[in-house]
Amino acid sequence: MHAQYFSSVFMYLRNPFIIFIYKILRYMKILVCISHVPDTTSKINFSEGDTKFDTAGVQFVINPNDEFGLTRAMWFKEKQGATVDVVNVGGTETEPTLRKALAIGADSAIRVNTPATDGIYVAKQIAKVAQDGGYDLIIAGRESIDYNGGMVPGMVAGLIGANFVNTCIGLEVEGNEATAIREIDGGKETLKTNLPLVIGTQKGIVQESDLRIPNMRGIMQARKKPLNVVEPVDTATHSEAVKFEKPKPKGDIKLVDADNLDELINLLHNEAKVI
Amino acid sequence: MSVLVYTESEEGQFKKTAFEVASYAKGVADMLGTEVTAISFNAQSAGDLGKYGVSKVLKVNDEKLQKFNAKAYADAIKQAAEKEGSKVIVVSQSANAKYLAPLLAVQLEAGYASNVVALPEGTDPLQVKRTAFTNKAFNFTKLSTDVKIIGLSKNAFGLKENQTDATEEDFSPSLSEGDFAINVVSVDKAADKVTIADAEIVVSGGRGLKGPENWGMVEDLAETLGAATACSKPVSDMGWRPHSEHVGQTGKPVAANLYIAIGISGAIQHLAGVSASKTKVVINNDPEAPFFKAADYGVVGDAFEIVPKLTEKLKEFKAGNS
Ligand SMILES: Cc1cc2nc3c(=O)[nH]c(=O)nc-3n(C[C@H](O)[C@H](O)[C@H](O)COP(=O)(O)OP(=O)(O)OC[C@H]3O[C@@H](n4cnc5c(N)ncnc54)[C@H](O)[C@@H]3O)c2cc1C
Repeated sequence: MHAQYFSSVFMYLRNPFIIFIYKILRYMKILVCISHVPDTTSKINFSEGDTKFDTAGVQFVINPNDEFGLTRAMWFKEKQGATVDVVNVGGTETEPTLRKALAIGADSAIRVNTPATDGIYVAKQIAKVAQDGGYDLIIAGRESIDYNGGMVPGMVAGLIGANFVNTCIGLEVEGNEATAIREIDGGKETLKTNLPLVIGTQKGIVQESDLRIPNMRGIMQARKKPLNVVEPVDTATHSEAVKFEKPKPKGDIKLVDADNLDELINLLHNEAKVI
Repeated sequence: MSVLVYTESEEGQFKKTAFEVASYAKGVADMLGTEVTAISFNAQSAGDLGKYGVSKVLKVNDEKLQKFNAKAYADAIKQAAEKEGSKVIVVSQSANAKYLAPLLAVQLEAGYASNVVALPEGTDPLQVKRTAFTNKAFNFTKLSTDVKIIGLSKNAFGLKENQTDATEEDFSPSLSEGDFAINVVSVDKAADKVTIADAEIVVSGGRGLKGPENWGMVEDLAETLGAATACSKPVSDMGWRPHSEHVGQTGKPVAANLYIAIGISGAIQHLAGVSASKTKVVINNDPEAPFFKAADYGVVGDAFEIVPKLTEKLKEFKAGNS
């Protein structure tokens, strides 16, 4: 009797239709890539003969583009059920940034313990984490505001063979299907595709007013959430930032009297030659 | 061995960025002692590509590629690079080019430098100057791979004529089903508006304009100049203007010839995103506004008086000049 019961339950579970339903109902697994970047107001200076970014006095934050994506991930979690993990490739100094993402609501964090040397190197680390975790949706900022590489999301997608939508400003997922809005030059387009999916995102996926400031409870909970440190995969970089330079200081402005706009037009036409 | 350049077109016509990347590719090809091959998608002819130094155009004509498709385009460019034995590939930094470049980099195991603003400093190893920290700095990047991809910033190199006889060749890459796993359902794009990405001139308004009802004068000025309209972040956050007009560090970058900022204070995040523009004009009633330190020309005064007057005068100027 019992044996029969179990075997029929077993059969039932292996029924393709049940597996299909299970897949639809199954929580989406989301991975959000978090880049640890200087706050937008930071003064940018370099040290060691202009070869290193000078972090002295610099406040680090979650890359703004990533924060928009993280907020969208929280909505998936709250509205349709999902688990949200965050990942950063970096040294121990990035942990406060990951903790902030946990305080905002991510379930767990992964830090790949290695400096973020270049785009492909970071993408390969994230691709490994993505594959090991079997994520359905990977959300990354369209670019990080420090090196502005704009390549990690696309590279991750290319490496793991997932679909990819860049400059994504809208995303809905139902079952295995995704509808995404992509910002294009001068407008937007709506795309349909399937999971697994990687998006490169920015403001628009959620609005500025939707961003969440972690509250005390979130901060307390974040301390107890897992932050797993994993060792990097050994892989070569493709590029190297050899030195930095600051833009030349701007020459003095020419002020034109509000009653003498002809002079402005003259300057724009004859001096700047832009009209 | 030729330098391969992805030349973008719209409805069969090459965009200005196509000529800009071609001009740049010609510069790189001269350094390497080789020629420039372009790959075009559904463009009728080589058009003006020869004028900017292109020797050969690989023309892809495929119904399925009418709409931009990053993966399929990347796949086609990869096959073109392999066929030509190209070691350097140049793309623009349009939304589409930025979308496909990382996919192409993975396919070709190529190093990719984005936001490049000048010809390479040297070719062995290949080292390029690019912007970083959203225009707050430049960064020199060395690419160590066999194949390299350069993403050229808009308006950084300009157009350089270099009359060349461009031969045309039909090219049919073999595309797989996997290249079409993403489908465009609809495109929403104002056909008659200049985009911030393509504009030579951008007219931008900030919180100083008090409310969305006051944007008529900004639009008039923009129309007179054939310019795109833009705005500061709070203006888009408050819903006065669409998000697509938000420029700055967390919005769109602007690299126009002329950027006119009206009622914008010039916060560091705003300036970072627009500073690649060649000439900047600020109109602000507060002479202490930080933008006056970052602009080339400035008018201190009330935008509500200055802007309509400026538009009138520009109309006269245009009428007298044409
Ligand atoms: C993480 C982060 C990212 C950000 N990213 C961006 C970004 O990408 N882009 C961006 O723009 N901002 C960004 N900001 C916001 C930025 O810090 C400023 O708050 C914003 O740029 C200010 O916009 P504004 O100049 O329109 O408004 P304000 O700073 O309020 O300036 C309005 C200006 O209008 C002038 N004015 C008022 N009345 C008149 C008049 N009648 N005639 C003429 N002038 C007048 C005033 O003197 C003032 O200078 C960011 C901020 C943060 C924290």
